[in-house]
Amino acid sequence: MPDAAHVTRGPLEGLIICPVCDATYQLQRPKNGERAVCGRCHHVLIAPRAKAGMQMIAVAIAVVVLTIAASVFPFLEISAGGRSNAVSILDAALTFTEGPMLVLALTTAAFIIFVPLLRMLLTLYVLVPVVLDRPPARHAIRAFRVSEAMRPWSMAEIFALGCAVALVKVADLASVGFGPAFWMFGVLVVLVLVQDGFLCKWSVWNSLEHPKRR
Amino acid sequence: MELVGTSQKTVTAREAGLVSCTRCTRAWPIETEICGRCGAKLVSRDQTSLQRVWALWLVGIMCYVPSNIYPMLRTEQLFSVSESTIVGGAVELAQYGSYGVAGIILFASVAIPLGKFWAIAFLAVSVKQKGGFASQHRLLMYEVVEYIGRWSMIDIFVVAILSALVQLQGLASITPGPAAFFFALSVIFTMLSAQAFDPRMIWDVQADDDGAVVND
Repeated sequence: MPDAAHVTRGPLEGLIICPVCDATYQLQRPKNGERAVCGRCHHVLIAPRAKAGMQMIAVAIAVVVLTIAASVFPFLEISAGGRSNAVSILDAALTFTEGPMLVLALTTAAFIIFVPLLRMLLTLYVLVPVVLDRPPARHAIRAFRVSEAMRPWSMAEIFALGCAVALVKVADLASVGFGPAFWMFGVLVVLVLVQDGFLCKWSVWNSLEHPKRR
Repeated sequence: MELVGTSQKTVTAREAGLVSCTRCTRAWPIETEICGRCGAKLVSRDQTSLQRVWALWLVGIMCYVPSNIYPMLRTEQLFSVSESTIVGGAVELAQYGSYGVAGIILFASVAIPLGKFWAIAFLAVSVKQKGGFASQHRLLMYEVVEYIGRWSMIDIFVVAILSALVQLQGLASITPGPAAFFFALSVIFTMLSAQAFDPRMIWDVQADDDGAVVND
């Protein structure tokens, strides 16, 4: 067995353990823009960025506004033989309405709209006090936990690709037009991806554990 | 620039008598049960992980079978009604010449789910066996499965968009078939199955192997 003593000396707070492969390291905080990576499995442990907090707040606010707008305004419209139909994202999500399909409708709506929206609201709730150097909000830890647990279930970008596929499928059936919500949703997907890129989980946990006093 | 941990032999938290929080990477003494920083439940190795993986995997497969038998879409046009399954719909698209989209559908709805079932089963079996595949390869497999699994939902979203959009009274209308329900369930259960897998087990087998070599 390798000698564990040299790695684990000092307080436990000074250690960081890779969640993927259980390797233990002495904590060395990287500078802004650098990354701390697990030597065994190359999982990114810490990736701080300068002003990440403020940028994330800005993006989150934009995402919340866009999500609400994009789910209400018409998204796509088709017309053929003098008849036309325009739908919003909410219509698309709630299309399965009979029996067990209703469950599917609610799940779809959650994946496309409510989970991404809730994640952004929770992010705001957690980050705003931290970035403004105030004590963390009540239940901020639980809020961030829920937000992280929902991450794989936020599927806006998959829905965007689904739109592209659906468009090709109906193209020979009818002519398709884009509503205002279509473009909002396009911007939205990019913003959500940018947001995930900014987030350094370790930095958030650390600042929740050691809030700055003023 | 990247900072990488010390180049000495990796010490796992378990060897050092510690337990890690897989959510916030904090270290605690091995007998700790709840993470003091983020409140997650702490286990050095999740002993029930494999049971949950297999149970959810099985449900996933059980839902995948009917999703391929029942129709996914029911299209009513002027004088005709047609129902298409997942594979049937993709073949139809290819016949119309949209090979790219047919490819995306076949890849997302057939290749990814089947590949996932195989990969999760392989990982769950491999952590019980010594030797064999290198940990790096199995880790890559695990990461691919975790990342790509969500994309299978694309077919459900396509069905949702189509059935909401194509509602032209008398001319054409599209309604979802029962396969959509089963397919969504299948994707959700396989995602849960992949999440239940504890990747730390991938490295334990290798560590045991190394130990055996040193002892020889």
